[in-house]
Amino acid sequence: MADGRITLDELTSWLQEFARLIAEHRSELCELDAAIGDGDHGTNMDRGMQAVVGNLGDGTVGDVLKQAGMTLVSTVGGASGPLYGTFFLRFATAAGGGSELDPTQFASAMRAGLEGIVLRGKAEAGDKTMFDALAPAVQALEAGVAGDFAATLRAAADAADKGRDATIEMLARKGRASYLGERSIGHQDPGATSAALLVSAAATTLG
Amino acid sequence: MKKLINDPADVVSEALRGVEAAHPELRVDHAHKIIYRGDAPRPGKVGLISGGGSGHEPLHGGFVGPGMLDAACCGEVFTSPVPDQMLEATKAVDGGAGVLHIVKNYTGDVMNFEMAAELAATETGVEVVSVVTDDDVAVQDSTWTAGRRGVGVTVLLEKIAGAAAEEGRPLKEVADVAREVNANGRSMGIALTSCTVPANGKPTFELGETEMEVGVGIHGEPGRSRRPLAPAREIADLLLEPILEDLPFRRGDGVIAFVNGLGGTPLIELYLLYGEVARILGDRGITPVRSLVGPYITSLDMAGASVTLLRVTDELLRLWDAPVNTPALRWGV
Repeated sequence: MADGRITLDELTSWLQEFARLIAEHRSELCELDAAIGDGDHGTNMDRGMQAVVGNLGDGTVGDVLKQAGMTLVSTVGGASGPLYGTFFLRFATAAGGGSELDPTQFASAMRAGLEGIVLRGKAEAGDKTMFDALAPAVQALEAGVAGDFAATLRAAADAADKGRDATIEMLARKGRASYLGERSIGHQDPGATSAALLVSAAATTLG
Repeated sequence: MKKLINDPADVVSEALRGVEAAHPELRVDHAHKIIYRGDAPRPGKVGLISGGGSGHEPLHGGFVGPGMLDAACCGEVFTSPVPDQMLEATKAVDGGAGVLHIVKNYTGDVMNFEMAAELAATETGVEVVSVVTDDDVAVQDSTWTAGRRGVGVTVLLEKIAGAAAEEGRPLKEVADVAREVNANGRSMGIALTSCTVPANGKPTFELGETEMEVGVGIHGEPGRSRRPLAPAREIADLLLEPILEDLPFRRGDGVIAFVNGLGGTPLIELYLLYGEVARILGDRGITPVRSLVGPYITSLDMAGASVTLLRVTDELLRLWDAPVNTPALRWGV
């Protein structure tokens, strides 16, 4: 990040790094999903993110992130497609028509994306979903926008990892895992795991 | 895994080739994986579309045709279709009277149909109403879960709402009929074996030789309990008891009794089970005014069955009896 601004190139790198991490963790995401869901989270997200990086357009920050969101909606399926798709669509709308973002704008766009997920998935804290990783990360971003942004991003990634780990002890209340009731306890949520990768990718590429 | 396939990745697209070849009266959009009735859109008729993950055939593609669905959107096996498909189908079947989306209550299906309805509203101006089916009484705690799953009632709803649409009734009335069906129908299923998803190559869950899963979902979701395998007369009780007490069904009610095969159980066993169901209904003073027996909403190769009871009024029964001409349900034509 130069001069306290996040450029379009850096945001593109963020998407590419997220795609790389998803591909790298594809089997792990599928195994986590097989334990409490239907076992295809890694496959579906990998298919979607490969389509996103193969389909990166030009234009404003809003244009590029909107394209990513639309691609995910069209290619992922299941619940993850609408949830990640809505995240990037809301992020894009909040990010607007510029060619770069400052840290405050980035944090606001992340908040808008998170709110989109809540609207779409109706998840609350503690339901054992991607919300449990993403919400603490957004809070960490908002708390640190005035400081060293690289350090703030690392704090956000740490918060996402902690939130992801906390899903292990939670009882699932949303999605297919919720049919397991008590039997969902003891398993890490696959959606929280991929969401932590999204924040980790931001720390690597935007700091 | 022993399956009659070529490549697991091509199962849905190649099955659609077969549907197209076998049913020239239907139209298949291979790019969007949509099955249309050949004469859609019908001017002035409410369009009915449904869809979901594949692997439940004949639901939904086998129910496309006069008197039932105008289009079915096919997802990958056990994976919801994406909004682009439902948006495309919505535009293609709109005959000016709006479109009803019939959605089974699964998290992915609900979200993808919801996004499609939003896109339809902003991009096309086609009026869309969605009705969600959630008839599986095996899910006991609806408040803290994704809610009851949509299963057997979906078949009956597509037939009855399809008949209402065929009569030229407006979207609101067709949606009301659909909601009435969902509100008066209850289902529960049992698995004797797991299914095997082609892309996974191995059974979705482990079930011992002498065990059964009571309350199983149509994707192999866990049910209420796992028990030692029992005779059909006891299984009929295990399935009917929670159904009867939930609505509740009462002495004097007339019902459509639907015994559904999950894919791997032969028709002779389904009829045997129907006999047990009819006996229990008789004991309770409930009259099965119509029956449906066969594999209509399946779970790939899962052995097992589900029972659905739908309490009907004379009007719902009249719509049930109306002509239908689809690959999987056909009468009165």
